[in-house]
Amino acid sequence: MSKPDNTVKDALALGPENWADGEDPLARRRGGRIGAPVSRLDGPLKVRGKAPFAAEFPVEGMAYAALVFSTIAKGRIATLDTAAAEAAPGVVLVMTYRNAPRMRPMQQFDSSEKAGGADTLPIMQDEHVYWNGQPIALVLAETQEQADHAASLVRVTYEPGHAVTSFAEAKANGTDTGDFHGPLHLEIGDAEEALRAAAVSVDVTYRTPPHNHNAIEPHATTLAWHGDELVVHDATQLVTHTAWTLAHIFGVDESQVHVTSPFVGGGFGGKLVAQHQVLGAAAARLAGRPVRIALPREGVYRLIGGRARTEQRVAIGASEEGRFTALIHTGTSATTRHSAWPEPFMLAAHSHYAAETFLLDLQTAYVDMVANGSMRAPGGAVGVYALECTVDEVAAKLGMDPVELRIRNEPATGPTDGRPFSSRHVVEAWRTGAERFGWAGRNPAPGAVRDGEWLVGMGCAAASHPYVRMPGGAARITLTDKGLARVEVAAHDMGMGTETAQTQVAAERLGLEPGQVSFRYGDSALPGLVPAAGSQQSASIGAAVVAAQHALVAELLKLVSDDSPLAGLEADEIGAVNGGLAKLDEPERYESYASILAGAGRDEVSVEASGPPPLEMMNWSMHSFGAMFCEVRVNAVTGETRVSRFLGSIDCGRVLNPKTAGSQLRGGIVMGLGLALMEETQFDERRGRILNASLAEYHVPVHLDVPEIDLIWTDLPDPHAPAGARGIGELGITGAGAAVANAIFNATGKRVRDLPLTPDKLL
Amino acid sequence: MIPFTYARAENAADAVRLGAADGVKYLGGGTNLVDLLRESIERPTTLVDVTGLSSAIEERDAGLLIGAAARNTAVAEHRLVRTRYPVLSRAISSGASAQIRNMATVGGNLLQRTRCPYFYDADGFRCNKRNPGEGCDAVDGSNRTHAILGASSACVAVHPSDLGVALAALDADVHLHGTTGNRTVPLTELHRLPGDRPDVETVLEPGELITAIELPAPPPATRSAYRKVRDRASYAFALVSVAAVLGVEDGRVTAARIALGGVAPKPWRARTAEAALLGGPATEQAFRAAAEAELADAKPLRDNGFKVELAARTITAVLGRLAREQA
Repeated sequence: MSKPDNTVKDALALGPENWADGEDPLARRRGGRIGAPVSRLDGPLKVRGKAPFAAEFPVEGMAYAALVFSTIAKGRIATLDTAAAEAAPGVVLVMTYRNAPRMRPMQQFDSSEKAGGADTLPIMQDEHVYWNGQPIALVLAETQEQADHAASLVRVTYEPGHAVTSFAEAKANGTDTGDFHGPLHLEIGDAEEALRAAAVSVDVTYRTPPHNHNAIEPHATTLAWHGDELVVHDATQLVTHTAWTLAHIFGVDESQVHVTSPFVGGGFGGKLVAQHQVLGAAAARLAGRPVRIALPREGVYRLIGGRARTEQRVAIGASEEGRFTALIHTGTSATTRHSAWPEPFMLAAHSHYAAETFLLDLQTAYVDMVANGSMRAPGGAVGVYALECTVDEVAAKLGMDPVELRIRNEPATGPTDGRPFSSRHVVEAWRTGAERFGWAGRNPAPGAVRDGEWLVGMGCAAASHPYVRMPGGAARITLTDKGLARVEVAAHDMGMGTETAQTQVAAERLGLEPGQVSFRYGDSALPGLVPAAGSQQSASIGAAVVAAQHALVAELLKLVSDDSPLAGLEADEIGAVNGGLAKLDEPERYESYASILAGAGRDEVSVEASGPPPLEMMNWSMHSFGAMFCEVRVNAVTGETRVSRFLGSIDCGRVLNPKTAGSQLRGGIVMGLGLALMEETQFDERRGRILNASLAEYHVPVHLDVPEIDLIWTDLPDPHAPAGARGIGELGITGAGAAVANAIFNATGKRVRDLPLTPDKLL
Repeated sequence: MIPFTYARAENAADAVRLGAADGVKYLGGGTNLVDLLRESIERPTTLVDVTGLSSAIEERDAGLLIGAAARNTAVAEHRLVRTRYPVLSRAISSGASAQIRNMATVGGNLLQRTRCPYFYDADGFRCNKRNPGEGCDAVDGSNRTHAILGASSACVAVHPSDLGVALAALDADVHLHGTTGNRTVPLTELHRLPGDRPDVETVLEPGELITAIELPAPPPATRSAYRKVRDRASYAFALVSVAAVLGVEDGRVTAARIALGGVAPKPWRARTAEAALLGGPATEQAFRAAAEAELADAKPLRDNGFKVELAARTITAVLGRLAREQA
């Protein structure tokens, strides 16, 4: 720890108390800790195998769980024979609907403040089956192998009901307008009429298959009841919601459930509360023993829903100069009756382009399958793909460069809400990206560039993801008489570097060195309701820490002695600097934190505060943006595609840590390559059953599929976002898939509108 | 997984002695068998580990004898394999991952089971390989990766090996040791077509063990190649693969051996195409015509019709390249 020196530098004023139109002074501050390429603080622990994941917490007397999954999509269990399983070596108990404790269903994430559930079904409460893969029995045994073996001995027969497992039948049965924080429908002007009247128009249908989560760490929970208190070590992206949801299900108080999640091997929207945590807790209660339930990879496919199947109509009308007169993005996504979660693919169309008229609509069709859920960039992954491919089609029809077409339709304000942009530098991202990528060297004629068997093409696409700050953020700051700060938020680090980046931000804000700040997270006992969702953690934590810093300064000003240089000052005159506080315009009036606490005879000062409501989202149009550039080589003989170059030119506000941000963005782009070229959950539609429930058969990109991914960013701070930074978690995948598909069109002249773009479709 | 006992064989005789009983499976690298044990698709009572048997790779009569316990990596990287049989080296390297190739044995590779998803999902679907006579859910199901040649109404699964395809093109023989002694079968006759008994996948007698693979000397004045078309750049099974050995002199085909992977229940020796080529012109038109002749009997299913054209194109391209190399 370095001793704070007394040379007074510029003190940093406190952040805004109200973000409606407040600006964060930290956003524009240069030369500090923010933007430093700090390696992940948990890196050494992880490479040494010393970071405990949820399935690694040792608990005395623990039993291991294995699940039995249904093999029909709908109906009832007719007979259930657990005798052989119960008699198998090491078996503690077999739980089915007959002996499971009575439990409430989950409340679905987003349906109330603290709800974190993936669906709303009864959980092993009766004989009904709702999807193919639903858990119908849980075996608890002394070892995982014994549990797995005994699970294979459970015998079940069914009375099947009629299951809707084909998308065609689901659509024919009728649809409802989707709801995602409001009805997914918007009309501005008469878009259909404008489309008919347009000088140039494209009206096409894109289809995307279902996708499953494949985080490297399969879902796992280790838990134990102590009377009515439940301690849970979970792989989750929402500790507080998990605690509340489990408490609600088991009828105990929220304070009686303690969830920790210090390390998570990827979440991507898949690690909410699903039936496995609930069943694990139920079995633990029934057996009176701690339980570990770790899903095998197949279990992740059967139990955890991902992206829904979509069929999207995108129609764009344009003038001869390429100005959009109509933008239509409508269609249908498959969902289930027990999940209100649509795949909101038309959200990006609200904000990408200026157009004279809009028609945006999403219909949900109902299937009997595992409830689809949130999966990295809900709506955005598949919706931006369809929108940006269609824009490319318009460019081709107009004979206009696709970059120029996009720039020509750059809006001056939020295209559908009229709000001013908080910070939008899309044109700069396009220009600098095109320059760096060598876009000028692209041959606009499709199929014109050949290298032996390989057809070479370049494509581009816009990327975007809305800035989100959910209500409920809170933080505790504890300052010690050694001048050290502990910042505590019930947030999450699933590998993206939350701890690292937030340590940098908090140090800069508090006027401390990073080594003087520790950031604690991943524990429901900590303050705040901060799900790692919607790419919103940095904003939520940032605003909460600002609020807590206000409380801290107020508390410290109460503690200063009458002869302190700070005596008599108000909080708004104060800034943080050099391990203490100083008057903003009279920096000699300074006292260190250690001195303030020593003078007051305090070991530590601890304050907690909640971030204010996210009013910045109401006042401004706020999004992260990207211009994605891709070069592909498509084999003219076999239809195989190889991505040879990729560049992401990113405008996401301030980059807090280029190392962790770069990894986040590259990860998203790799997912975008998979989305375009290979990812698909294969269902047998006769049974509604997933066929490729393994990482061998469900294809995600392997190293050889991924070229070096180049990244540049504008790094222009968003003054209305905490620390000037907007979210990046989900941004990378949006646009990446369309850039690949558009490059394939440029290479081959083929416009395939059904993902994934496997070799058979490009023959 | 069903409990089983484990024994380690010291030599082939020892293995066959242990392996003669019912319910015994030989264990090589375990890269496929262990998966099948975990899924309870294979339910042996005893595993006899044969990785201690010969893994030697040695010259024999101008050819090569490869012990069945040789690891895939060792074969692929062997100097004589790389120089005389590049098609084999390339085929092995295009399969699985480095870690799997380090474990997998040559004998085990040939006896691996299909990756048909209906075969693997014992809880969810019917499969005549798993339960003879119960029916096949793949025939009318999701069958994009399935067979276009040699299948039956009882089974449309493909054999997944890359190595086997190269061996088929190299006229390899398989050395077997069983309770009644030793025998040798051509690699192309090791696997059976499914017919109405897709559960019987090879001509091996109960307890019979693959001890070695013998490669004859490569035909003189030929070149060979392996090309694998797949859904991603690595770690994926072939949609179509082609192993070919081609000799061209004065613009005419003097030798042609072609085998296909990813299209049939066994490594598919394309003898019709070979016959069409021999003595004829080494032109792209001739290669394409030969490929189409081979595929004339193809019976595509709902989702895999593309394989017919893909196979024709890939055969034509591979032969074209080999011909150009000898021009």
